[in-house]
Amino acid sequence: MSDGQESLSPAPLLEVRNLKKYFPIHKGLMRKVVNHVRAVDDVNFFVREGETLGLVGESGCGKTTASRCILNAFPPTSGEILFREADNRVTDLTKLNRQELRRFRPQMQMIFQDPFASLNPRMTILDIIGEPLYVNGMRNRAERSDQVAELLKLVGLRPEYMQRYPHAFSGGQRQRIGIARALALHPRLMVADEPVSALDVSVQAQVLNLMLELQEKLHLTYLFVAHDLSVVKHISDRVCVMYVGKVVEMAATLELFNTPRHPYTAALMLAVPVPNPARRHLIQDLPGEVASPANPPSGCYFHPRCEHAREVCRNQSPQLREIAPGHFVSCHRAEELQLAGIENAKPHP
Amino acid sequence: MQNQPLPVPDRQEPLLRVKDLKAYFFMDEGTVKAMDGVSFDVFPGQVVGIVGESGCGKSVTMKAILQILEPSAKIVSGSVTLRNRVDSQNPNSPEETLELTHLHPNSKKMRKLRGAEIALIPQEPMAAFSPVHTVGDQIIETIRLHQDVSKKQARQIAIDVFRSVGISMPEQRIDSYSWELSGGLRQRAIIAMALSCNPRLLIADEPTTAIDVTTQAQILKLLRSLQEERQTSIIFITHDLGVIAQMADEVVVMYLGMVMEKGPVSEIFSNAQHPYTQALLRSIPSVQSAPRIKLPTIAGSIAHPFNRPAGCPFHPRCTHFMRGVCNVSQPKLTQVAKNHFASCFLFQTAGESLVKSGTEQN
Repeated sequence: MSDGQESLSPAPLLEVRNLKKYFPIHKGLMRKVVNHVRAVDDVNFFVREGETLGLVGESGCGKTTASRCILNAFPPTSGEILFREADNRVTDLTKLNRQELRRFRPQMQMIFQDPFASLNPRMTILDIIGEPLYVNGMRNRAERSDQVAELLKLVGLRPEYMQRYPHAFSGGQRQRIGIARALALHPRLMVADEPVSALDVSVQAQVLNLMLELQEKLHLTYLFVAHDLSVVKHISDRVCVMYVGKVVEMAATLELFNTPRHPYTAALMLAVPVPNPARRHLIQDLPGEVASPANPPSGCYFHPRCEHAREVCRNQSPQLREIAPGHFVSCHRAEELQLAGIENAKPHP
Repeated sequence: MQNQPLPVPDRQEPLLRVKDLKAYFFMDEGTVKAMDGVSFDVFPGQVVGIVGESGCGKSVTMKAILQILEPSAKIVSGSVTLRNRVDSQNPNSPEETLELTHLHPNSKKMRKLRGAEIALIPQEPMAAFSPVHTVGDQIIETIRLHQDVSKKQARQIAIDVFRSVGISMPEQRIDSYSWELSGGLRQRAIIAMALSCNPRLLIADEPTTAIDVTTQAQILKLLRSLQEERQTSIIFITHDLGVIAQMADEVVVMYLGMVMEKGPVSEIFSNAQHPYTQALLRSIPSVQSAPRIKLPTIAGSIAHPFNRPAGCPFHPRCTHFMRGVCNVSQPKLTQVAKNHFASCFLFQTAGESLVKSGTEQN
């Protein structure tokens, strides 16, 4: 599905260029800056209109920081965040001030990780979902309540529930409320940061299905941030793998999972415990641990853990390059390495 | 008792037998039946995986076995029988059979068991270690509590066990504080602490939930090799079906305080009989399945513990729901195959014919 449509596929809705976010480390009485945590270090990726880009990586890889930068929850250190509006005008969000940004905020919304922390327990569902409407000019309460009823129906909740408080809902239902709130202003880009990781297994599938349905119905674009590869594979058209603040690989989902070109991607996929007791021998362990973004290794950040590392990997930092149409990888040895991917198993009986 | 697996002759006696155990929380708002008749056996050298979603009672099971339940919770009935070495540090020591529910939680005997015979690997190693003592001091304390050794000898034991769990430079690492160690090392240190007194039973409560995938793979491999080497029995508690498939020999599937299904791991994953297990296995996305397909889901959500449904706890979400049966009484664990038990009326009332129609629908 990737190759044939590549030329026809729509232009990027969002493009991130050379994005950097450094957090200073202060020390001593004078709070002198001694070092920086390079949470996001020169990241490039794009999200096409109507698709889902999965942003995946282990803790500290900068996936959350990158998503927050895109929403301008905090300003990036440098780089460009290009957003294409409905009339095809492209704007660099990093150049805008607070007032100018207000026009863009309704177009990009966020689904949060923890449905217990992201809903105010003292507000009714009507107030929670209605708040973005109120802030953006819908002052008539009846009108707002109609709109909230529509939104609740859209996410599969009964409109009669709108007078209740969040405590009356289960985790899965709360996540639906969070999604309804994000949808209230008809956003074009939805940034979902680990939207199902706090949910029970039996409820995860419901929320994932809902997100897929809504995408089809409303032509939404998702940036889906998660650490769980199975979830990311399930929902994404394309996947972007990050490691210590850098993008190591980006490709169409099946291509990435079947033929990974970066050793880290391959190792990450083989480390996922497969729910099949007959395949126990397959679990691979990668030596060592994720490097610290405050004190990353020289050259390729992955080289101390990489079994394919050579001299060049220790000295030179690899650049992200397009190795096949739509397949980006940042590894010196991507062309020569033959890495095992994941073969698709038959679906469960 | 028909719902209790009979000891198969080719196996030995169970090391731990949990039988019809009920633990309730008595609170102002009402009674929460966190464990409502849980039975399973742990045989020597076996890994028993307990899998379930939140509120299914998997952690309460762990606490009830160790007798570390919260003050509001009480064991109402049932038994926990442990085959205990009289001298836990002597591998050839004679054995005695202990009924743990009869022991006072603070009794000398119970305190002697914890750590020496039954050790715990908790979920959050950061919270399990004291931040103001070095990890070495904490492990040495455990060792000296159960073994008659000098401080120096205990330190050597701690260093050896650090080495056996794959911590490099154990002589230095032993003097570090828990917050100086990385997530993976901290988890290894807590495993070292659990193993330091050579327990015969390990309870691992979500030991890899808080850590990254690549570190998780390391820890799972480590636990597996340690288990094979020492022939320790492990009760492995997790919500992750992938981890269970990788680790367990036997699987106990729990839902709202009750055992829904139990059996050998290959049976559970390839021949699940209980509608809940079947639905759960179908609903999880896998790295091996095709992207962007609609997953079969389980309708509704887990009931609140205060208003647990009558009858089978899963009936409001079950596709095989039979009115007048499932919502009236609780099904018993029934044998469906060799060593394989399910608690569902599909296998009880009309016997074989219903079993067939039940599986064909899927």
